Amino acid sequence: MSLFTDPRWGEALSHLADYLGNHVRVSLAALALGLAVSLPLAILTRNRPAPRGILLALASIVQTVPGLALLALFYPLLLLAASVTLAWFGVSFSAFGFLPAMLALALYSMLPVLRNGITGLNGIDPALIEAAKGVGMTARQSLVMVELPLALPVMMAGIRTAAVWVIGTATLSTPIGQTSLGNYIFAGLQTQNWVFVLFGCLASALLALAVDQLLGLIESGLRHRSRLRSGLGAAGIAALVAATLVPTMGRSSSGYVVGAKTFAEQYVLSALMRDRLQAAGLSATARSGLGSSVIFEALKAGDIDLCVDYSGTLWANQLHRTDIKPRAELVAELKTELAKQNITLLGELGFENAYALVMPRKRAEALGIRTITDLAAHASTLSIAGDYEFFSRPEWAALQKAYGLQFRAQRQMQPDFMYAAVASGEVDVIAGYTSDGLIAKYDLVTLDDPKHAIPPYDAILLLAPKRAGDEQLKTALQPLLGKIDIATMREANLRASGNDANSSPDAVAKWLWEKVGKR
Amino acid sequence: MPAKLAISYHEVTKSFGSLTAVDGVSLDIADGEFLAIVGGSGSGKTTLLRLANRLIEADGGTITVEGEDVRNVDPVALRRRIGYVFQSGGLFPHLSVADNIGITPKLLGEPAAAIAGRVDELLELVQLDRASHRDRLPEALSGGQRQRVGVARALAAKPRIVLMDEPFGALDPLTRDALGEDFRDLHRKLGLTSVMITHDMTEAILLADRIAVMRGGRLLAQGTAAELSSSSDDYVLELLRTPRRQVERLNTLLPKSGAA
Ligand SMILES: Nc1ncnc2c1ncn2[C@@H]1O[C@H](COP(=O)(O)OP(=O)(O)OP(=O)(O)O)[C@@H](O)[C@H]1O
Ligand SMILES: [Mg+2]
Repeated sequence: MSLFTDPRWGEALSHLADYLGNHVRVSLAALALGLAVSLPLAILTRNRPAPRGILLALASIVQTVPGLALLALFYPLLLLAASVTLAWFGVSFSAFGFLPAMLALALYSMLPVLRNGITGLNGIDPALIEAAKGVGMTARQSLVMVELPLALPVMMAGIRTAAVWVIGTATLSTPIGQTSLGNYIFAGLQTQNWVFVLFGCLASALLALAVDQLLGLIESGLRHRSRLRSGLGAAGIAALVAATLVPTMGRSSSGYVVGAKTFAEQYVLSALMRDRLQAAGLSATARSGLGSSVIFEALKAGDIDLCVDYSGTLWANQLHRTDIKPRAELVAELKTELAKQNITLLGELGFENAYALVMPRKRAEALGIRTITDLAAHASTLSIAGDYEFFSRPEWAALQKAYGLQFRAQRQMQPDFMYAAVASGEVDVIAGYTSDGLIAKYDLVTLDDPKHAIPPYDAILLLAPKRAGDEQLKTALQPLLGKIDIATMREANLRASGNDANSSPDAVAKWLWEKVGKR
Repeated sequence: MPAKLAISYHEVTKSFGSLTAVDGVSLDIADGEFLAIVGGSGSGKTTLLRLANRLIEADGGTITVEGEDVRNVDPVALRRRIGYVFQSGGLFPHLSVADNIGITPKLLGEPAAAIAGRVDELLELVQLDRASHRDRLPEALSGGQRQRVGVARALAAKPRIVLMDEPFGALDPLTRDALGEDFRDLHRKLGLTSVMITHDMTEAILLADRIAVMRGGRLLAQGTAAELSSSSDDYVLELLRTPRRQVERLNTLLPKSGAA
């Protein structure tokens, strides 16, 4: 199929109003806030070298924090702030989505604005500032009539740089729950949908370019004192903002929000649950690409209404337990514990998505490795790869302790690239997921865990505290409980990892429902 | 009874760190007078001028402008009523010629139409064609045209006092001579009190009523050219020797005009 006639372009386009609108809103709000803070600071410190130095140093430090980390940091920070305001003033706010994204991006926009603002204002010929004084200007008039206009080109260059940075970095706000053009990129990367990745990149690049040009128009208008040009530029930006407000107003905010983490299985399951709710006449949307630690907090705070998580994950990360129990017992205890936080564990879907150490079948046979105990004897000559969180998870510590595993090298990888990497011999072992369809595709084997170091990972359906008594919701989800076995989920995941029109999460969710709906 | 004083310095001192830029200067400038301040580079001429409209503040002594101690006058109001031509021109590069000239009246809140009329008048006064110069930016002017705009700007708010820091420096001799003569006429026509800094003793003698000589921050001598020539100070005499030598050489080299 040709790249241009691929129906996924159409699917991508159908999300554009939502993704682009949210992207523009969060970027421009962040930019406006960044400007509102940085420009006065640049002006206030223009004749004060000491605070100016400190300010620039701080802004530079912020800039060295990677965009994704900065965004991720703001989420727990705001959660903390929200709990403080709740305790002190009885009001709380959502630490999810727009607010943390906007604040982090605003912070990110400050350096170029500050640096260029300060450079621009300090680069003015002192003779001109003296002349401004000499013709009878007050300090304020000198600033407005002489210094700012003269610094304008340099300042605008900074603002334009900030705008491009913010629009680009906003694609990383997806994992903290802010819908953005990054949704295309995250979803595309996870489900091997290169059309989505390309579409997301193109859209955000075009948006950055458009905003840059509009700002350039305003600048040239100000510089040449052309009301027409600056008016056109401002109208362009205003139109962009107005256009993004329209879709929001049309959408009801009362619908259910289905959360999903950043991997294909979660995209498929959230689409499946959304479809089920809609089939029951409920309005529902999926909010996907959420960070693994964000999603549980978002559920607790009611920013999302339901999601699928895994028993072992919550056991270790939320309950901080290191002991291991059989599948059913662990779920039962988890249910009681979660109920204390008012979270409903509705039930298991039927399959497990556990971490497992995975090797190519042939390689394992050649080395005579069947279990992790066998592996431990060879580990010192082998390399292992895991996803971004695996090596800091308690499971890894438990595995190392139980089997005395010591690998030659360990690497972190994008989950979808791990399987190909181990199949091609680039790494020797990976920490894969048992429900991943690629295990069968690449002819890999999962190694047995005779010492039960890894806890069970049943896929479980969770409801937010505010949905605890929602019978309509529970009824709509009931048909999914216990119906999805590991073979079916593997096949669904394999389909989702394809790179064609039938591999979109929506399409796979429909296929999955056809298989399990009749059971 | 002496003429009314426009500006009076009384034992004025100004230091920058350990450097005394103006050192105990006392100098009276009469109303309607054209005074030239002459001296070498770094002798304190600009500093002395800037003290008068409080672009900088004196460390000691008293300065009065039109009888008032400048310390008792709001500096912004003071600067708006004294015209100032800057050493480097000091035109705002982002403003048109007309906006540069009209800036002080604008700050004083005069109506736009009145300012526009005044700008046209001033362009004519400094002999710049108004149609072709009004809307240009300073970068599109020659050095001499810029100096003329600088003078026009200093006159825009109808000041009675004009301070000029080497207003005709960096110009070719012909333009310089013409501009100097033009300003001398304006000074007389408008009844101004003018203070002009120059390096050039010949220019000072030709344009000014009186000359003040600065050296190392001190006022060495003051008076008309004739009075200065009877000074006993070597530096003052040295300064006057240059124009004399020039005149003698010119007289021998150039045939007398009017000779057949
Ligand atoms: N803002 C300042 N800070 C420090 N020193 C200064 C400052 N302004 C002037 N000076 C010093 O004061 C002395 C007198 O300077 P001033 O500008 O008055 O000289 P000038 O006679 O106008 O010289 P020129 O003919 O070169 O313009 C110089 O040594 C100069 O370096
Ligand atoms: Mg000087």
